[in-house]
Amino acid sequence: MFKNKKKLRGYKEFLMVLPFIILVIMFCYYPLYGWFYAFFDYKPPKPLSEAEFVGLKWFSYMLDTPTKRAQLGQVLLNTLAVSGLSILFSWFPMIFAVFLNEIKSKKYRKFVQTATTLPNFISWVLVYSIAYCVFNSTGVINSLLGDMGIIDKPIEFLQSSEHVWFKMWLWLTWKNAGWAAIMYIAAIAGIDEELKEAARVDGANRMQIIRHITIPSILPTYLVLLFLNIANFLSNGMEQFFVFQNNFNKDTIQVLDLYVYNIAMGSGGYPLATAISIFKSVVSIILLCVTNKISKVTRGEGFI
Amino acid sequence: MGKEKVISSGTEEKIVYEKQNMPKKKHKRKRSKSDIALSAIVYVVYTFFTFVCVYPFYYIFVNTISSNELSQRGKIAFWPQEFHLTNYKNVMQIPALLDAAKISLYRTVLGTIVTVAVAAFLGYMFTRETMWKRKVWYRMIVATMYFNAGIIPWFITMKNLGLYDNFLIYILPTAVSPFYIVLCKTFVESIPKELTDAAEIDGAGTLRTFWSIIVPVIKPILATVAIFSAVGQWNSFQDTLLMVINKKLYTLQFLLYNYINQASSLKALVNNSTNASSVAASLAHAATTTSIRMTVTIVVVAPILFVYPIFQRFFVKGIMIGAVKG
Repeated sequence: MFKNKKKLRGYKEFLMVLPFIILVIMFCYYPLYGWFYAFFDYKPPKPLSEAEFVGLKWFSYMLDTPTKRAQLGQVLLNTLAVSGLSILFSWFPMIFAVFLNEIKSKKYRKFVQTATTLPNFISWVLVYSIAYCVFNSTGVINSLLGDMGIIDKPIEFLQSSEHVWFKMWLWLTWKNAGWAAIMYIAAIAGIDEELKEAARVDGANRMQIIRHITIPSILPTYLVLLFLNIANFLSNGMEQFFVFQNNFNKDTIQVLDLYVYNIAMGSGGYPLATAISIFKSVVSIILLCVTNKISKVTRGEGFI
Repeated sequence: MGKEKVISSGTEEKIVYEKQNMPKKKHKRKRSKSDIALSAIVYVVYTFFTFVCVYPFYYIFVNTISSNELSQRGKIAFWPQEFHLTNYKNVMQIPALLDAAKISLYRTVLGTIVTVAVAAFLGYMFTRETMWKRKVWYRMIVATMYFNAGIIPWFITMKNLGLYDNFLIYILPTAVSPFYIVLCKTFVESIPKELTDAAEIDGAGTLRTFWSIIVPVIKPILATVAIFSAVGQWNSFQDTLLMVINKKLYTLQFLLYNYINQASSLKALVNNSTNASSVAASLAHAATTTSIRMTVTIVVVAPILFVYPIFQRFFVKGIMIGAVKG
């Protein structure tokens, strides 16, 4: 009797959760069905059922002429460059946190922390808008440089095809570095004070303490985040690149995520864009497994 | 909050320690030249970083309250000149902006309420061991953190579901957010079992227990979830870009993007607002493309600027718990 009642209750609780499970299926699992579109000759007004099955046509279509190969190559190169830069400089938030901790005034430290984490909470559209206001031809940078006589003509920072990867990295860092540092700040707070004190008594100066105590103790945190970064190599997101893209930098700013969007909304159509995003997903899963394996071998544990 | 405490107690301990050691005079000597140089460099460099992060906001704000004519020539860098508030008055008269502000506000308020309510409820329900196949459903929801279909498959299927050009596209997809559910579940698990058991012995049902026992106790984590989700809703841009055609459903973010990119629509706005105000509007106060862009930027960023410093500790707490879990 008792057992039955309990069972009944279990079903009742399940029924209460069911609507939300349906939502998850609708918004997270059902979209996977969209992958079928990559295998059909689908043109929007007609439903999928009337479209012709074309097998892997769109996958070979990506690569069937030299121009397309060159374009995809350029897109991959952009993705590689942007992700590569951020991995290359991934130590920056760590170092930022280490030296932030060297500010002795608690109030000032807190102020710096608040100010540098703020940009993380504004959208890419706002970042772009700020970039536009500060860097356009009448913006403060150009007018200061002009007043100092360094330049005669305003520099078009945003409407140019030069150093695009580096600029994108700079904006990403401006937005994220302060926030990324918080993880390390917490890790530093967890270091045993006695360890540092012992070093101090032995005559170590602050740089030595940083090098031999602080950094080694937060290195594991760094490695986990680094592996995660590498696993997400192909996913730069599209928002940042979408808002910064214009006719001048189009070639060098198109990362994979943006390329998929541009193809879908432009000439290529949905099936091709879907095919590219399937290709991306497959490579991403492989990357995730490989980095997880490397992490297991080098650190003794995986991160998933 | 946890982190702040740890840091501050660390410094206090140090101070105490140094005081105790004062008589030895050993510590004083330890402040070598290299340590002082380090301090100086650190202060200079971090002041620079802070400046880089704060100045752009200040710069735009100062320009919106200064003479538009000077501002358009790029003459305002630090101090406001010829103070006026006409720009804000002008901007308030753009009908599209008011509509967009309403949509942004609605989606932020509604979206946050829904997300928080669902996270709290599911976070609690998934701690109930009696639920039929509980682990299966929980894993099914958490798994969605690690994959997504990609924007185009997502776009097509949302269209099939009839969410194209529909206000619900702002609310429903984020309603069940696995990360927030995990946060809430962890928190509920830390509540002593006796509390809920006692309520149930007194005859309270599942929902009653949730509402009158669980919700009051997990308020701190709900605040964190609410703040994160509100900022996310306010900043969201991609869903409007992909799924919305109807101008009445534009959000502030999307409108701002249009204003920066479409000089022509902005020009029309400028002309309208100069016609609307008196013909004798002085050059310093007349709307320009720059002034509208900057003023709208400030209007869109202002809620974040106000909210962020006040609630910073909630944000920090959120990432800390997340880091421990992930």
